[in-house]
Amino acid sequence: MIERICGLCSHSHTTCYTQVIEEILDVEAPPRAEFIRTIIAELERIHSHSLWIGLAAHEIGFDTLFMYVWRDREIIMDLLELISGKRIHHSMNTIGGVDRDIAPEIINRTKKGLESFKERMEYYRKIGTTERTVLKRTAQIGILHPGDAIALCAVGPTLRASGIKHDVRADDPYIAYDEIPFNVITYDGCDVLSRLLTRFDEVLESVNIIRYALDHLPEGKTRVKVRRWVPEGEAIGRVEAPRGELIHYAKTDGTTKPNRYKVRTPTLGNLPSVCEMLIGGYIADIPIVLAGIDPCFACADRMIFIEESKDKRWVWSGEELRRHAKEWHQKESSPP
Amino acid sequence: MVKELLKHLFKKPATLKYPFEKRDPTRGMRGRPVWDIERCVGCELCVKDCPSGAIEMFGKGSKAEFKYHLERCVFCGWCEEVCPTNAIMSSEDYELARQNMAEMIIEFKRQ
Repeated sequence: MIERICGLCSHSHTTCYTQVIEEILDVEAPPRAEFIRTIIAELERIHSHSLWIGLAAHEIGFDTLFMYVWRDREIIMDLLELISGKRIHHSMNTIGGVDRDIAPEIINRTKKGLESFKERMEYYRKIGTTERTVLKRTAQIGILHPGDAIALCAVGPTLRASGIKHDVRADDPYIAYDEIPFNVITYDGCDVLSRLLTRFDEVLESVNIIRYALDHLPEGKTRVKVRRWVPEGEAIGRVEAPRGELIHYAKTDGTTKPNRYKVRTPTLGNLPSVCEMLIGGYIADIPIVLAGIDPCFACADRMIFIEESKDKRWVWSGEELRRHAKEWHQKESSPP
Repeated sequence: MVKELLKHLFKKPATLKYPFEKRDPTRGMRGRPVWDIERCVGCELCVKDCPSGAIEMFGKGSKAEFKYHLERCVFCGWCEEVCPTNAIMSSEDYELARQNMAEMIIEFKRQ
């Protein structure tokens, strides 16, 4: 059920949940299970980030890139389905291990799929850094200075794009991250372009992590038997979800149901920083700045505009705001 | 980007024309669960463990019969996992939309 909190980072939520419950139960998943969890987590990061790259391209009116990225994202979705049986809600994690094992034949197909995906992604990264359309709409927009980022508790790629090296995977390794070498990607442009590049590089880094994990997959069991009730206790779990640091807290009372359960999603941590990013910018840049934190909520692309001199108030939906953004920028770039 | 676009000009679209063209289900996908009712021993474990309460059991032991609520199921595969006699299997059926609620309840009866 924990999986249903999010449609994109379902595995992060279950990883965090199992981390919490396994700590209370005092059991540890076998090494093979931890590696499989890592592989799924990284595949999920890739599919979430490439979804975001597509969405960001859509927000700036670059629908061609959006279509191509989403088409190639299907490679990863197929791999996830191949390994876990489902595209989005993988249901791989159980308390004490994982549900399914990875067969050698699947390992080969995963490697092949990653190879072709990486090639495509490197090409898109090149577009992201050279294409005039992308640069014009993202460079020097939505500035978040490192000091503000820390003060406003930004997390994940938003924080790393402001030049701060903070990643739960490296700072407080969970599952198999302590055995896999990887780089924490940071950019110090502090703008939307840096957030874009951070995510591009994280996708490429994730491909390396998965390759390493597949090559070094330990032998053995994939799960241990656990008892069906959880003793009294409380625990906190931290996981680096695609959007940033995710925190779960559970308090149990010795039955099969938790007494208290609290989830702090990364979007909540990133939202205050949007207010800071918007200051001094254009209204037409709101869609891309808001999308820049990769928000994971539905009805937030709506707000009230107030024109004090005319005493006028109005509300724009996300669609209207997007249209305004396109028209405004077209007018701005065309000569008078 | 223009080069890329020209390259794709003469290619087939990446999408399938869905109702006419269907994608082959991936092997091992978790679709709609089905009961092999003759193997069921009526232990009620699937009913107890289903997180969304999608399974109803009538009768006891070897006379147990089931009502499966497709509209409640989250396809976690846990019923398949706990079944001691492997009477529950995930099928590869992924076309699960129905016109009305009554069709969403699937009954598994003994002969």
